[in-house]
Amino acid sequence: MAVIATADPIISVRGLKTAFGEQVVHEGLDLDVRTGEILGVVGGSGTGKSVLMRAIIGLQTPVAGEITVFGEPMIGRDEEEAKNVRRRWGVLFQGSALFSTLTVAENVQVPIREYFPGIGQQLLDEIAAYKISMTGLPANAGNKYPSELSGGMKKRAGVARALALDPDLLFLDEPTAGLDPVGAAGFDELIGELRDALGLTVFLITHDLDTLYAICDRVAVLADRKVIAVGTIPELLALDHPWIQEYFKGPRGRVAAAVSERERSGA
Amino acid sequence: MSAPPDLNPSGDDPGVIRLEGALTMLRARRLEEQLGAVTGDNLTVDLSGVERMDTVGAWLVHKLVRDHGATLVGATEEQKTLIEHVARADKPVTVRREPEPLVYQFVGQVGEASMMALTTLVGLLGFFGSLCISISHIFRHPRRFRFNAVVQQFDMVGVHALGIIGLMSFLVGIVIAQQGAVQLRQFGAEVYTVNLVGRAAMRELGVLMTAIMVAGRSGSAFAAQLGSMKLNEEIDAMRIIGVSPMEALVFPRVLATLLMMPLLGFYAAILAIVGGGLFCWASLDLAPITFVQRIRDVIPMTDLWQTLIKAPTFGVIIAMAGCFQGLSVEGNAEAVGLRTTTAVVQGIFLVIVLDAFFAVFFTQIGWP
Repeated sequence: MAVIATADPIISVRGLKTAFGEQVVHEGLDLDVRTGEILGVVGGSGTGKSVLMRAIIGLQTPVAGEITVFGEPMIGRDEEEAKNVRRRWGVLFQGSALFSTLTVAENVQVPIREYFPGIGQQLLDEIAAYKISMTGLPANAGNKYPSELSGGMKKRAGVARALALDPDLLFLDEPTAGLDPVGAAGFDELIGELRDALGLTVFLITHDLDTLYAICDRVAVLADRKVIAVGTIPELLALDHPWIQEYFKGPRGRVAAAVSERERSGA
Repeated sequence: MSAPPDLNPSGDDPGVIRLEGALTMLRARRLEEQLGAVTGDNLTVDLSGVERMDTVGAWLVHKLVRDHGATLVGATEEQKTLIEHVARADKPVTVRREPEPLVYQFVGQVGEASMMALTTLVGLLGFFGSLCISISHIFRHPRRFRFNAVVQQFDMVGVHALGIIGLMSFLVGIVIAQQGAVQLRQFGAEVYTVNLVGRAAMRELGVLMTAIMVAGRSGSAFAAQLGSMKLNEEIDAMRIIGVSPMEALVFPRVLATLLMMPLLGFYAAILAIVGGGLFCWASLDLAPITFVQRIRDVIPMTDLWQTLIKAPTFGVIIAMAGCFQGLSVEGNAEAVGLRTTTAVVQGIFLVIVLDAFFAVFFTQIGWP
């Protein structure tokens, strides 16, 4: 499935305000995520990247503002109705959040059992098996417990669970944090592949410049309690916001840009 | 070579399976049943009527191709990509754990539990040894004694426990007096309720209930504190800086519990006696002044000595079990919870075993 960058947004956030007690995290935040794109969300520590994601997926109730996902308003929704929207997205949390008492295969089967209780064990096992190998886990990973997996494998297992219900939308919270460069590059590749094959839209929070250059179609920059800019990396570079300049043109940004440039000219 | 009738509505060619509508997880159960009835080879699968397909639908189609050598016609580009993607993911993956035979499981569990008990015992012994070494270090270098840490633990282990231990002992005193009075009334010996309350509280219950409460409050807190410090690599950081965790963390806790337990135990015994006294006053019309006089007569001094000998011993055991389990935490946060539970169970178990030994011992040396 090719990238369908249609204009209508799959997620639309308007005038979002979130706060923890006195401390305001976002104020007047607007953001659109287009269908079929991989949107990278960057920002300094404490700018509320994860809080934004939690607000969109309904784990954090905003003080004010509107959030629509798949064209349906998400704030103040009845829990039962929200469930129907919720099964159309998958989430990979920062620490993978695999259920530690279940094996990887059982973890993948949890959402399917929850929403489609009628599916037989045989088919459940087959689904778990292909999801597991789709995310690049080795063949013997299915019956392992999360504590027996390495960090990179846990992330892949987390993606397998997030993809269990064939979502249209995938949320990833710092997927490459804590992975070695080889593992991180492999993970980037996986996300790109899955997006192409399954026609996913990906909302990706990251600190990893390599990930941004490798797979993100657009990048949203969070600062000063709002999204200060959204666009492709060249578009962002054209802006002269000090944080953006420092982020992309700092020592790490230059290296990542050089690598991405070399790969593009080589390919 | 035939397709089930509901998958071939027009019935023109039995070798053609026509799939229509949405091939998604929602229909997976029925589809699986229908496709399970498909027999024969060289089928043709017509996907031209398919509106939506997810990976489950693609997987079922892929299985037709894999198991029946079916040919696909009428698939869109997107559907082809999806089926190809799923086909590439079709690798043998182990999904279930083979359960071991029951006999093996049983033998394995017994062996594991025995090894566990043995290693814990040896570990506790080693822990006690290294605590002794630390104490001798502190004696030789008194400046290493952390006065503030000990006082802080006094506060946590002792002062903060006063309320709950006092209330608990008071209520236990009332219950013993009440139950005792009911039983003794049958012999017309109600007046001996005083003996019962006084001796039970001073000799056994005060210190035992206190030990159980301290194990639940402080032993668990020690295990959880040290356990999360271990996980957070704080213990390693201390070692690298040259601070001995034994001296800085374990010794203050053990010392504080050792010193606080006799005080708490005596306090608990007194409050149990007060509770019993109030009951006697209210229910048996025994004036408080008489009660106090009787108490002084019936409780021998050796009962107090017993409490004052047992309490610090129990304190050391509880604190050591807590700290030992805390420092044994490895891996993840779940281990902290497990170790905390173990610390409390182990602490209480050892206290009760030791209490039995003490009871026999004190009787043997002729204490009434």
